Amino acid sequence: MRIDDQLHIDTPEGARLTLSLAGPLPRALAYSFDLAIRGLALAVIAIPLMLFGRGGMGLYLVLLFLMEWFYPVLFEALWQGRTPGKRMMGLAVVHGNGAPLGFNGSLVRNLLRTADLFPIFYLTGFLVMLATRRSQRLGDLAADTLVIHTPPARPARPHQDGDGEVPDWPLSREDQLVLLAFTDRGARLSAERQEELAALAYPELAPAAAREKLQRVARHVLGGA
Amino acid sequence: MRQSQFEQRYQPQWARLETSLTALEARRHPDDAALTDFTADYQSLCHQLALARERGYSLALQEYLNDLMLRAHRQLYRYRTPLLPGLVAFFTGGFPRAVRHQWRWHLISTLCFVLSAGLVWAMILHDPELVHTVVGPRQVAELEEMYHPDLRDVAGRDRQDDVMMFGYYIYNNIGIAFRTFAGGLLLGVGALVAMLFNGSFFGAAAGHLTLAGAAQPFFTFVIAHGAPELIAIFLAGGAGLRMGWAVLAPGSWRRVDALRRAAGDCLPVMYGVFALLVLAAFIEAFWSSRELAPQIKYSVGAACWALLTLYLLFAGRGGNEEAHGPE
Repeated sequence: MRIDDQLHIDTPEGARLTLSLAGPLPRALAYSFDLAIRGLALAVIAIPLMLFGRGGMGLYLVLLFLMEWFYPVLFEALWQGRTPGKRMMGLAVVHGNGAPLGFNGSLVRNLLRTADLFPIFYLTGFLVMLATRRSQRLGDLAADTLVIHTPPARPARPHQDGDGEVPDWPLSREDQLVLLAFTDRGARLSAERQEELAALAYPELAPAAAREKLQRVARHVLGGA
Repeated sequence: MRQSQFEQRYQPQWARLETSLTALEARRHPDDAALTDFTADYQSLCHQLALARERGYSLALQEYLNDLMLRAHRQLYRYRTPLLPGLVAFFTGGFPRAVRHQWRWHLISTLCFVLSAGLVWAMILHDPELVHTVVGPRQVAELEEMYHPDLRDVAGRDRQDDVMMFGYYIYNNIGIAFRTFAGGLLLGVGALVAMLFNGSFFGAAAGHLTLAGAAQPFFTFVIAHGAPELIAIFLAGGAGLRMGWAVLAPGSWRRVDALRRAAGDCLPVMYGVFALLVLAAFIEAFWSSRELAPQIKYSVGAACWALLTLYLLFAGRGGNEEAHGPE
C-alpha cells in the first residue's frame, strides 16, 4: 500500500484537485489550542457570573454545555470548517469530496467525538486514524469528513534578472520541473548549496561558473520577462 | 508558452479570483459583477491548472493554482438552506418520521430501560437492602433529602435555584444523551450499558423512595418532565444502537457506507432529542419544582406523556415517510 498524505479528487469540472491530509499531531495541537481557548473563555465569563449567585451558576452551566458540545460545531459550520485552533494550525474540515462542511456534517462528527475519546485521550480515534487511509477518526468516517491543511499564502518568487541561455541538451518535462524548482527555491538555499547542486549539472565547470550557467538556463526555461 | 508569459497573462484573473474569494470567505457580499466573474474565473482556473501540470510549469505554480482552486471549490459548492421553514417542517413531520423510520431500535432501547427499571424496582421491594448494590450511600442520602417529606427543604427554594437547576439539567442531561448516542458507535455497547444503567438507577430510586414513604413527592416531581426526558434518552439510546448495528452488521453495504447511512438516519433523531431535553429542562426547573396538588401534577404529567406519544406516533403521517432530514 502506498502511504501518501495527498488525496486526489476529480471535481465536476473535470479538474483534479489535490488535498493534503492532516495527521494526528497537528490535529492534536489544534485541539489543545481550542481546549485552552475554551478554558480561558469560561474562566473569564465565570467571574462576572459569580456576582449573580446561583442564577449565575445556572447560566454558567448552560455555557459550559454549549462550549463542550457546540463550540466546534458552530465554528466549523460558520467559519469555513475551522475552529480557532484549527485556524492557528492551518487546518480545515471539508467533506470527503472537497465540498465545504455544513451544520449537519459538523454536528455528526462532533457528537461522535465521545466514541473517539474512549477510553482516554482519544485512543480510539487515534487508532482509527492510523488504520484508515485518509486519517479519519470515527466521527469523520460517519460524517464523511476530512481534516486538511489549508493552503498557506503564496511566497513571492525572487525577481529574476539577466539573460537566459538555451540549454545544451534536449529538455525533458522532468528536467524542466527540476530547473524551475531550482529557481523557486534558490533564494532559500545558501550559495554553497546552490553551487553544489549546479555542479551536478555541470561537473566540468568551476562551482561558481556552474551556478551562473544553471541560473541562466533556468531563466531561459522560465522565459524571463 | 513559457511559464512567465503564462503567469503574466493570467495573473490579473487570479488576483481577481483571490479578491472575490477573500470577500466570500469573510461572508461579505461581493457585488454581483464580481460574482458573475467568479464561476468563469473558476472554470478557466481549472483549465489553467491542467495546462500547468501538462506543460511541466514549476511545482510552486502548480501548488498555487491547486490551492486557489481548492478555495474556490469550497466556496462554489457551499450551500445554505433557509433555517426557519426547515425547522417548521422538521418538527411538524420530519422528526416523528425519523423516529418511526427506525422504531425497532427505539423499542429495544426503551425495553432495556423499562425492563431493567422494573426488575430492580421489584427486587428492592422484595429486599430493601439491595438498593445499595445499585446506588451509592451518598446518593441514597441525597435522594432521601430531595424527596422525603420530613427531610426536604421546600421553603428555601427560589427563582435563583430554578435557574441553577435549569443549567444543571441542560449540562448534565443533554450531555448524557449525546454520550449515549456516541457510545453506541462502540459496537452498541456504550448505548446498551447506558440504557441498562439508567434504567436500574431509576428503578432503584423509585423502589427505595416508595419504601421510604416518599413515593408521592417523587412521582409528582418526575412525572411531567419525565415524558420528554425519558423519551429523549430512549431515542438517543435507540439511535446509538442503530449506529453500533451498522458497524456490526452492515448488510450489503461497506461498513463505512453503512455507518454513514446510519448517521444520516440518526441525525434528525438527535436534533429532536436535543429539543426534547431543552423542553424537559424547562419543565423540570420551572414546573416540576412547584408545590401543587398531586392531582394537578399527575394530570399534567399524564397529558405530557400522552401528547408526546401521540406526536411521535402520528405527526407527519401521510407525508413521505422516507424524507425526514431537517434540511
